[in-house]
Amino acid sequence: MRDPFPSLADPLKEANEPSSLVARFGPEAPLLMDCGVVLDHWQIAYQTYGELNASRSNAILVCHALTGDQYVASRNPVTGKGGWWTAMIGPGKPIDTERFFIICANVIGGCTGTTGPASTNPETRKPWGLSFPVVTIRDMVRAQAALIDSLGIETLFCVAGGSMGGMQVLQWAASYPNRVFSALPLATGAKHSAQNIAFHEVGRQAVMADPEWRQGRYLEEGTRPSKGLSVARMGAHITYLSEQALHRKFGRKLQDREAPTFSFDADFQVESYLRHQGLSFVERFDANSYLYVTRAMDYFDLAADHDGVLACAFAGTKTRFCVASFTSDWLFPTADSRAIVHALNAAGASVSFVELESDKGHDAFLLDEPNLFATTRGFLSAAARARGL
Amino acid sequence: MALTEPQTNRIDLKLVAEMVQPGTRVLDVGCGDGALLALLAETRNVDARGIELSREGVADCVARGLSVIQGDADTDLADYPDDSFDYVILSQTIQATRNPRLVLEQMLRIGRRAIVSFPNFGHWRMRSQVFFQGHMPVTDALPYSWWDTPNIHFCTIRDFVALCDLIGAEKERAVALDAAGGKVGVNAPWWFWNLFGAQAVFLLKRG
Repeated sequence: MRDPFPSLADPLKEANEPSSLVARFGPEAPLLMDCGVVLDHWQIAYQTYGELNASRSNAILVCHALTGDQYVASRNPVTGKGGWWTAMIGPGKPIDTERFFIICANVIGGCTGTTGPASTNPETRKPWGLSFPVVTIRDMVRAQAALIDSLGIETLFCVAGGSMGGMQVLQWAASYPNRVFSALPLATGAKHSAQNIAFHEVGRQAVMADPEWRQGRYLEEGTRPSKGLSVARMGAHITYLSEQALHRKFGRKLQDREAPTFSFDADFQVESYLRHQGLSFVERFDANSYLYVTRAMDYFDLAADHDGVLACAFAGTKTRFCVASFTSDWLFPTADSRAIVHALNAAGASVSFVELESDKGHDAFLLDEPNLFATTRGFLSAAARARGL
Repeated sequence: MALTEPQTNRIDLKLVAEMVQPGTRVLDVGCGDGALLALLAETRNVDARGIELSREGVADCVARGLSVIQGDADTDLADYPDDSFDYVILSQTIQATRNPRLVLEQMLRIGRRAIVSFPNFGHWRMRSQVFFQGHMPVTDALPYSWWDTPNIHFCTIRDFVALCDLIGAEKERAVALDAAGGKVGVNAPWWFWNLFGAQAVFLLKRG
């Protein structure tokens, strides 16, 4: 009988030997990275849901956001919590596991089983740490393409994702237009804004300012930059919410006390909440991975790869796009989505766009948003008809 | 899942659809719930695209499998390159735009042809309400009071023809429909249309 309360997995072990499926590649299939480095030995950890049909035409690749993982609709072995997008993915859900074959892989540079700074460098037998090459969104997508090849899938029915996942969706559509039948980039942008880079830099500096970071060699030295990573997460978490959401949830309410304590304890509920977010994050996420993956987002500028003209990234595309943004998202505001739509229109692409009403900020794409579900369901149903599914 | 049955009961939609050559690229500006686009996609096999201001409308269209973006005719047509479409359609929407002239010019820039349908404010019922009752017309087709109407730029058929002349748009076809949806005398003069046409549909091209 299965243990109803399985013990939690060790994140360090998961980095090399994930509980999920994993595809390993050797020198016969090296990963050519944008920075010029060639990874001869690398692996990509992934999870699948549903069944691949006989014609291999019903596969949906879900791309995760900054601190996501491959456990999109199943238990995360490190936290013991359920999948991060179970509102969207499952039997009868908008991304229906009874109809589609869903693949979700951890990104290159991540820490839940795909090669990244927490993985062991096969040459030194030590963690890569900062000797790991800097990754880009395009590197992540190249690695996913190798995985899709290994699964024998030529064309993905859909590539879907929000935030950094949405960046990967756009990169997929630009890099492999013939392999993407439909694309669903949510709450994202074709480039990272100066403000977003600025927030990321604050987070990275918080990590690197922690003496326990040890110039990135904390795994070898047996320390953890938990304080720095926690502060980074606290800062970032604010950007995922909205002023309205914070006000509704916390206001100025005090935490388990009647009056301010005239100290620097977490008097306010919002402080307590952020501290909790920071502390629970460090349990599951590698600090160096945080540096690498935030950097990948900063470097993303799809137009820059096409002489500054975003429309050129999508020239001649046959992919059907559905772009959605949220009214209260100030990290990837609607203007960012409109820029994508503008470029897709200029490229003559088939594109739908809707700005969804929500006061939940950037995180809305992960939450219970009936309008997002209805849009996704309608878009995928129509695309499935066109695909003959 | 079958496509929602297109609403073909609106006579002006049928008329617009008849003006569209099969297999072409069409943009419907202010496409609402996508009734016309769905009709065109099904009966004329066109590559149907739309712009719609309301979230609900866009959501309905996407669920129908149409490619529709949330946007505003007054501002977002500028985003499209020249000659993007064979037809750009403005169905019962021109009177709700802030700058009808600019919208019409943009339509003829991004489309080889433009199709515009609109309610005729010169219809005798309208005139008689102003003339005899002394208040702004309210009809079944235009049920709003002056203070809550989204329709801010009404015109008569004559006014519309004048605008076409002003911007150098060539009228390829024009049809006026009476209140019952019947075509007003094909060979009748403009003044007759202007008096008895409840609505009009124009097929335009760049002059």
